[in-house]
Amino acid sequence: MTTVLPEQDPGASGRGSEEAFQAAFDAAVAADERIEPRDWMPDAYRATLVRQIAQHAHSEIIGMQPEANWISRAPSLRRKAILLAKVQDEAGHGLYLYSAAETLGASRDELLDKLHTGRQKYSSIFNYPTLTWADVGAIGWLVDGAAITNQVPLCRCSYGPYARAMIRVCKEESFHQRQGYELLLALSRGTEAQKAMAQDAVDRWWWPSLMMFGPPDDESAHSAQSMAWKIKRHSNDELRQRFVDICVPQAESLGLTLPDPELRWNEERGHHDFGPIDWSEFKQVLKGNGPCNEQRISQRRRAHENGAWVREAAAAYAAKHSGPQGKGEAA
Amino acid sequence: MAALALGDDALILAQRLGEWAGHAPELEEEVALANIALDLLGQARTLLSLSGDEDELAFRREERDFRNVQLVEQPGGDFAHTIARQLYFSTYQELLYGQLAGGTEPLSALAAKAVKECAYHRDHAEQWTLRLGDGTEESHARMQQAVDALWRYTGELFQPVEGLDVEWDALEATWRSSVTGILTQATLTVPEGPQTSPWAAGAGRQGVHTEPFGRLLAEMQHLHRSHPGASW
Repeated sequence: MTTVLPEQDPGASGRGSEEAFQAAFDAAVAADERIEPRDWMPDAYRATLVRQIAQHAHSEIIGMQPEANWISRAPSLRRKAILLAKVQDEAGHGLYLYSAAETLGASRDELLDKLHTGRQKYSSIFNYPTLTWADVGAIGWLVDGAAITNQVPLCRCSYGPYARAMIRVCKEESFHQRQGYELLLALSRGTEAQKAMAQDAVDRWWWPSLMMFGPPDDESAHSAQSMAWKIKRHSNDELRQRFVDICVPQAESLGLTLPDPELRWNEERGHHDFGPIDWSEFKQVLKGNGPCNEQRISQRRRAHENGAWVREAAAAYAAKHSGPQGKGEAA
Repeated sequence: MAALALGDDALILAQRLGEWAGHAPELEEEVALANIALDLLGQARTLLSLSGDEDELAFRREERDFRNVQLVEQPGGDFAHTIARQLYFSTYQELLYGQLAGGTEPLSALAAKAVKECAYHRDHAEQWTLRLGDGTEESHARMQQAVDALWRYTGELFQPVEGLDVEWDALEATWRSSVTGILTQATLTVPEGPQTSPWAAGAGRQGVHTEPFGRLLAEMQHLHRSHPGASW
């Protein structure tokens, strides 16, 4: 975005110029131009993006845990390699996203601190446990599938660094999602025990995946503003419906059922109808009362605290060897 | 036998490194440790496939049938132990594959590819040895402790492996000078104790392992063994 917006000018803080900046910002958003880090932007737009991008980054980092839970036990070397690569990608996504948040003036350390102290959230889905190997497949197919449905429109988000991070993230996520589907397919075509394991996993992950799209539109506090700013492009309910419509035929080709007796095609709407979501469970999980909230955040804090001496060592070493001579020696 | 021994080294160290996922001291290390684990797992798959079915070999053998050196089965401990283990092993592996790359098929092809990965692993371990050794008082003490504790498992690295055309004495001399150089630069004391445990009985290459290894296998093999004949 270069044509419309003036760059932020610390000297120009008068009320008149503020209004001009706001008008230029609104025009840029209306024209589908990208807002870039040096451009003027409303404080609330900046704060919303920092919160959303940080929570997205936190979700990648916490989301490593339920899957990493199965790395040591993966039943074949091929599956172990796929899972390791996936968890590695998630750490990488976390890094891109923290970088994107840093372009808005936040720092990674400060955002991690907010995660560790519960002042910022991560996706509620990662508070559910991975109880069997099939859960790894259900996460790939359903959880990554829901994430992609949410994130593909973010590739066109009005904030440039976030949109560009999402393009990279979505490419890798689509790959993971196919691998998750393929894992479940192998199970559903396997022994009776394997098929039962796959069905049980889908039964446990289906509803939490639908909750990933957030509260219904009439209860979503930030939606209208985010859509006006073109941070969001579609409402929670629209995206949830899109996801259900994608999943139903995929479940059929997997030979698995979805645990919803009210799920059926509605000719008139051209969409699948589906049963009511248990929003009381969603609220409990968000409040910290899900099955793994305590475990997830404790592990993250412990990793951070146990690693403090390592980070301090790296900083001390860098300080000692920051001169041109020392740097040369270390390289 | 040779491919199995080298494959087991890579497999078991990959398993140990995979335990760090979600526990690393910083995000960059989540990426780095998983990356190294993945390289090693790739090597293991190629090497085991030279000896038979990779999954049969990984999941259906018992402890006494594994041929990995004891060094790679040692628990991760703190980050310094993981780095010391990696420094000792990656330096060895790079030198070994460097020699094998000039040898005969089929190991030469794998070695030529893997030696590049090993160089990266060694560099990562060396940089951390320097940072921890020459970082803070605490990191220095932890790194020294790790380097000392794992020293007794390094002697096994230089025992000739049947079927490998390697100049073992030269490998050991180069390994020692490389590791000594880094430890010294990291302001650490090069351990002076014995490089084998008092009762080694031929050790890992002959299928004699340390106690933590049985638990590692129990965890790694449990699911596969619970579903005999299943494909995944």
